[in-house]
Formats: sequence, structure tokens, C-alpha cells
Amino acid sequence: MIKLLGIIIVAAGFALRLNPLLVIVAAGLATGVAAGLSLPEVLALLGTYFVDNRFMTLPVLLMLPVVGLLERHGLQEQVAVLIRRSAAATAGRVLLAYHALRAGASTVAVNIGNHASMVRPVVAPMAEGAAARAGTPSEEKVAAIRAHAAASENLGNFFADDIFVAVGPVLLIKGVFDAAGVRADVLAIAWWGAPTALWVLAVGWWRYRALDRRLRGGAP
Amino acid sequence: MTVLGLEFFLMLGGLGFGAMAVGVARDRMHPRRAGTTVFWALLAVCFAAGKFLSPALVGLMVVAMAALAGARSVTPPSRGAGSGPDRAAEAGRLGNRLITPVVLIPLGVLAGGYLLPFLALDDVRLVAPAQATQVALGLACGFALLLSSRVTGAGTSVAFAEGGRLVHAMGWALILPQLLASLGGVFARAGVGEVVAGVVGSALPLHLPLVAVVAYCAAMALFTIVMGNAFAAFPVVTLGIGLPFIVREHGGNPAIMGALGMLAGYCGTLVTPMAANFNVVPAVLLGLPDRHAVIRAQAPMAAAIWIFNVVLMALCVYRF
Repeated sequence: MIKLLGIIIVAAGFALRLNPLLVIVAAGLATGVAAGLSLPEVLALLGTYFVDNRFMTLPVLLMLPVVGLLERHGLQEQVAVLIRRSAAATAGRVLLAYHALRAGASTVAVNIGNHASMVRPVVAPMAEGAAARAGTPSEEKVAAIRAHAAASENLGNFFADDIFVAVGPVLLIKGVFDAAGVRADVLAIAWWGAPTALWVLAVGWWRYRALDRRLRGGAP
Repeated sequence: MTVLGLEFFLMLGGLGFGAMAVGVARDRMHPRRAGTTVFWALLAVCFAAGKFLSPALVGLMVVAMAALAGARSVTPPSRGAGSGPDRAAEAGRLGNRLITPVVLIPLGVLAGGYLLPFLALDDVRLVAPAQATQVALGLACGFALLLSSRVTGAGTSVAFAEGGRLVHAMGWALILPQLLASLGGVFARAGVGEVVAGVVGSALPLHLPLVAVVAYCAAMALFTIVMGNAFAAFPVVTLGIGLPFIVREHGGNPAIMGALGMLAGYCGTLVTPMAANFNVVPAVLLGLPDRHAVIRAQAPMAAAIWIFNVVLMALCVYRF
């Protein structure tokens, strides 16, 4: 049971907002020592796996010069233009358009925005603007629009980055399987993320439509 | 033998980190010059030479990097990367041509992943089949870099400076997934999976294939809610429930299990205040009076997505 110490350290460390790198290293060292390894042995294990998993950081590193250069020449601004041009008529449709675009970019590991750079300045105001065409929405309704705008960012961000390109989560899955001696193909892992990504788009459509219905209704 | 391996790109990455370390070392205005220089220098050594160093030494270097990050000694340069062109005007001038290079990368990876392993002359292969997708990604990024340089009219040196700026902005968080995977490795070697398997196995009838699937997906979501991060939950739950029961006992497909299990974990991320960056910070940022408004909006979505994942895994994991 003492071997589960590492899990408790991770949960407690993250809850206390300690630096995640520090928390993870502490959890690794504690788990190794609890399992009866000597400190040099645990360090060697940590070093071996860190080197074996270098390939996980590599894709981000290789893509950043391209992304950085394009961002310098207005990639995010162009995405904002595309969202505006979609001329979505209701708050829900604005959010669906952003969700789809965010997810599409996410499959190629490109972050077209986040809560600070995209949702607050572009997506939420556009959704509120669309809703305001039918009269100024109440405070509760504005709050509901904004909460769903944040949700559209999270859904688009999380559930599409597991497909097509071998980055992030796919490589983590592969790394864990490798360490456990189980063979799995990265392309297969990536493809099996695709059905859920499509389903998430459908779930988004369902919830954003429910939001639109709530905005049309008289109740808050 | 192979011509082009992953190690080549890892060395390139090491060179990039080395260049960043040198840049920080020479930057007198940098607020945390010493710590930041050492951090990127250590990472450069791990990438370029990690394979040739003693593992314990690399382990020590990892501990040092974590200590530097924990001491808040790793920060981006105080100066911006210079003014650069007017972004909105550039977006108007270049339009969707800005998006083309980005879209070409995954297409290149997909094509390369399937085609590169066939390129061979007698015994000399271009790439090892196991590394095909990653080498393809490296080649696709190189091609996309040349194309974006052509589209924007900026040199590749500008691209590397911009890349460095983004890596600095990510800072220590860049190696978070790599370190979590390493923790998974340590957990595996220490036998954490067996302990979890023992606890869960004694409580639930995991010898039933369907129960194993539901338990795995539920544990992914619950551990993610508690740990605040699906990447942290994945090794624990996969070593404890996924591999021993779904894969080894019932012969399930690990690729399907891993992909859908991770996605089941993300459903936990949608409903936990522990994932503050995604759920709580936006509520504050958007001026919402209820700090849990985003979680409330996401709860029905998370439920619908989780159920879909369980059903899909139950239908497919033992069949393909």
C-alpha cells in the first residue's frame, strides 16, 4: 500500500498548486524508495525513462518555429477573421463554429487561442453580440453564454488533439505502453481518437442549441 | 541500418535548447539569468547526449531542473521579441495562405507514416518502421518551415527566434508530459499497478470483460478528478486496471483501450476544480459571479462524452 504514496503526493501537490515538475519528481523518488530501491537506483530509473521519452517533447519543439513565424504574420488574427466571417446568427452557432475551428487546429497541434487570447476578446463578445440581436439578454443569460464559451474552448482543445498527428497524449499513451512492454502502434492510437472527436462536436451542437433555446425563452 | 533516425532530430532539439541557453546567458536584462540558463543547458544536454550519459546522472539533472522550476528560477526574457510586422495587416495581406503550412504538417505525417517504411535500398532503410511517424513529422515540419518562410517573406532565422520565444513562453511546462511519462515508468517498475490492481480487483468482478471496461473508464475519470490531470492519472489506472485486466486477462486491443481511456479521463478534467486553468480561471477571466459556472455548463457534456467512450470501448476493444 505504501507504494501508492506517489499518487497521494501528486494529488496533494497539485491541489496545493506546487510546481508540477517538483511534485512529479518528488512522487517518483518517494515511490521508488517506498518500493525498496536505493536512491541512485531511483535516479537511474528516472533518468532512463526521461531519455526514453524525449520523443514526447520533440514534436512541439519541431512545430514551434513554424507556428511562431506564422503567428508573427497574423495566424491568430486570420482565425479571428474566419470566425467573424462565419456570420453565425445565434450565440450557440458562434460557439459551434469556434469549437469546430479550435478542434480542427488542435488536430494539428496548433493552439489558435485560449481563454485569455481568444474566448474573452473574440468568442464571448461575438456570442453575446449575436444574442443581443433579439434584445439585450439578462445578466443570468450573459453568464450562461460566457460559461458555454469557455466550455467550447475546452471541448475544442481537449478532445481533438488525440487524432492524426503523433503528439502529446498519443505519445504519452505509447510511452506508458513501451515502459510496460506492451506493443501498440501510434497511428492506431491516433485513429481511435477520431470517433470521440466527432461525437464531441455533436455533443457541443446539442448543448449550444440548448443554450440558444434557453436564450429565446423567457426564463433566466 | 537506417539513414535517418529519431536521434538526429533529438540532437537538433538539443542544439535549439543550447542556443536558448546561450541567448539567456548573454542577456544582461534577464530577470533570472543564472537559473534559466542552467535549466535550458541541462535540457540541451539531456536531448543531445542523454543516450550516452549514465542514467543516474540524467536523473540528477532532472531533479535539478525540477528544483529550478520549483524555485521559480525559469522565466522568459523580459524583453519581447521585437516589434515585428503589424499582425492584422499581415493577416489581411496573406489570408488563408497562413493556414496552408499548418495543414500540410499532419498530411505529411500521415503520408510519411505509411510510406517511409517502404523506402529501402537492399539493407539500407531510410527510417526504422517504429520511428516512421516521428521522422515524418520532422521532415514535414522542415518542409512547412520552408513554405512559411516563403509565404511570409521572413527568413528561417526569424522562425527560429520566434520558436525560441514560444518555448520560453512555455518554459518548464514544455517537459511536463515527458516527465509524467517518466513517472509512469517509475510507477510501473515500482509495482504501483499491481497494488492498484489488487485493491480494485478485490472490490470488483474484473474477470468480467465488460466490468473491466467500465471500471477502467470510471477510474480514469475519478483519478483525473482527484489528480486534476488526465496525463497523471493515465499511467496509474492503465497499469492498475487496463493492462492487467483488459489487455492481459481478456486480450483487449491496447491501442483502442489507451486512446479511449485517455479521452474518458478528459471527461474528468471537464468537471474538476483541480484543473483550475481550464475551469476556474476562465470563470474569473470572464467575470462570472459563480466560480463553478464553467464546470456546471460542462457537466452534461462530460457525461455524454464519457458514456460514448465506454460504449465504444466495450464494443470495440475485444473485437479488433
